[in-house]
Amino acid sequence: MHLALFLIFGALCVAGALNLLLQRHPINSALSLIVVMSSLAVLYLLLGAEFLAAAQVIVYSGAIMVLFTFVIMLLNAGREERTRGSKMAYVIGFPGAAVLLALLADIFITHSGEFHRVHAGEYVVSTAALSGVLFRDLLLPFEVTSILILIAILGAVALARKEH
Amino acid sequence: METGLFTFLIVNLIKIVVVVVILLMAVAYTVLLERKLVGRIQNRWGPSRVGPFGLLQPLADGAKLFLKEDLMPFAVERPLYVLAPMIALGCALTSIAVIPFGANIQWHGVDLFQISDVSIGLLILLGITSVGVYGIALSGWSSNNKYSLLGALRASAQVISYELALGLALVGVVMRAGSLRLRDIVNVQTGHSLVAFLHWNFFGGFQFVAFFIYLMAAYAETNRAPFDLPEAESELTAGYHTEYSSMKFAMFFMAEYANMITVGCVATLLFFGGWTSPFGHFLSGSGPVSTAILSVFWFVAKVFFFLFLYIWVRGTLPRFRYDQLMGFGWTFLVPVAIANIVVTGLWMGLSLPAH
Amino acid sequence: MVPISWYLILSAVLFSIGVAAFFIKRNIITVFMSIELMLNAVNLTFVGFAQQWHEVSGQIFVFFVMVVAAAEAAVGLAIIIAVFRARSTLNVDQIDLMKL
Repeated sequence: MHLALFLIFGALCVAGALNLLLQRHPINSALSLIVVMSSLAVLYLLLGAEFLAAAQVIVYSGAIMVLFTFVIMLLNAGREERTRGSKMAYVIGFPGAAVLLALLADIFITHSGEFHRVHAGEYVVSTAALSGVLFRDLLLPFEVTSILILIAILGAVALARKEH
Repeated sequence: METGLFTFLIVNLIKIVVVVVILLMAVAYTVLLERKLVGRIQNRWGPSRVGPFGLLQPLADGAKLFLKEDLMPFAVERPLYVLAPMIALGCALTSIAVIPFGANIQWHGVDLFQISDVSIGLLILLGITSVGVYGIALSGWSSNNKYSLLGALRASAQVISYELALGLALVGVVMRAGSLRLRDIVNVQTGHSLVAFLHWNFFGGFQFVAFFIYLMAAYAETNRAPFDLPEAESELTAGYHTEYSSMKFAMFFMAEYANMITVGCVATLLFFGGWTSPFGHFLSGSGPVSTAILSVFWFVAKVFFFLFLYIWVRGTLPRFRYDQLMGFGWTFLVPVAIANIVVTGLWMGLSLPAH
Repeated sequence: MVPISWYLILSAVLFSIGVAAFFIKRNIITVFMSIELMLNAVNLTFVGFAQQWHEVSGQIFVFFVMVVAAAEAAVGLAIIIAVFRARSTLNVDQIDLMKL
């Protein structure tokens, strides 16, 4: 069951990410990214992170990507055109990504003996446990992030405002 | 898990089919209820020709929508145009999966009145609601029509803004229950005296501020009057579903009413004691069968009240202007919701003994 | 019964696709989206290691990454709107006035 779920949603993740790369229209890319994020939420559930799975759907799929689609619709972004610069990007992009992937995969495979096997439901972090750590041990960083968000709101308003 | 994987799948499949069929019937008759009630509010009869008291009207409507020609406008973005109503209806129907609509009665280890009892039920509901906006946004964008696009832009901005107030309003309830599991939240509100309704979050938890914030934000989330700007017919013809016809239009229509029912269920569970009787042991059943019937009865009665309220509000209030809508959400509902969290926290901190 | 290393390799694949998309895509919104993809890939690694060491702190990291990503998306999209107003294009090759 766990293996089947991992394979299905892992494949969905990879397919969505590849689709993001291959689609020319930004709204199709945004939709494939939503597929990736929602499948990642299921993988988080399999890894015993139930609060993060919900937060992933609410924050990423439900808020951040809605903002993206909103901006795409607002600016009426069309298909991207090819320019002379994009040839250089192909030359650097694909080999660079391939080297990175090979390196990471090599490290993970050579050390694969040190990793556990996940049994579903063996170690589940409840929302209460997570918030216990967050609001007791890490209260200061949590409060600092609220200031970060406040600054981000001010910055976004200042940047997007029309100048008179 | 005692039962095998196969029986688990079969049992859940049966439960899902039964619940979805009941939900779709409820949606059809909510439409009839709305037409009847709005008719009475406007001093006319409403549908009364098909069947006794017009009771077969939903079937006639369904047959009409099913048999209509499915127009595919020339300039639409085809895949997204087809996908959008499916997302809207799919999200609207999925959210019923975590809702318990009766007492916790097990029959051979199978929970009879809930599809799945998950420990993050409330968060899942919020997540599904937040994904549902894609149905509206994509339908407007892919229709390639300025009225649709304006409706969709309005809808996405409105839903993102009001989701904040909606989520913040529920925090007080979660703090009181100490759990995100919907059954736990209902169990906190149960009492045994004849005035058990004083234990409801609405009265006993002093969450009535949260309740009114939730109700207003939820009306905006479901794009219902007085917040129905995305489909304001006098300004945008029909908003995001201008270009849709036949079954695709019907899917948006069903999604809207299914969302209304979900909002009614959530309000019932979080603020009005769910399936419990308002009078304690009086009318709450003694044996398993009577408990089952009466708990479902109370749940349905409370949800029916909220649907009635929805329609009543629609028949009474005029529509907001767009800047008023945004100002109301950001400068009134969100600050009040935050104040409610602070007050609830202080009250709980002062009334509970320190560990 | 899935080894954690599979999750890590999945996240490496996602991260590499994100890097490739970052280099190749020309639309500034899509470039921004590929950054989000990379952040998500890293989040998967954090959750995987939280499961490996039975530690909550890995998941706390993901929580903070989500907060920062939300702030980043708000500011970034505001910048994109400002750039579009000034240049009326979204192509990164045409927004290179600071290049020598």
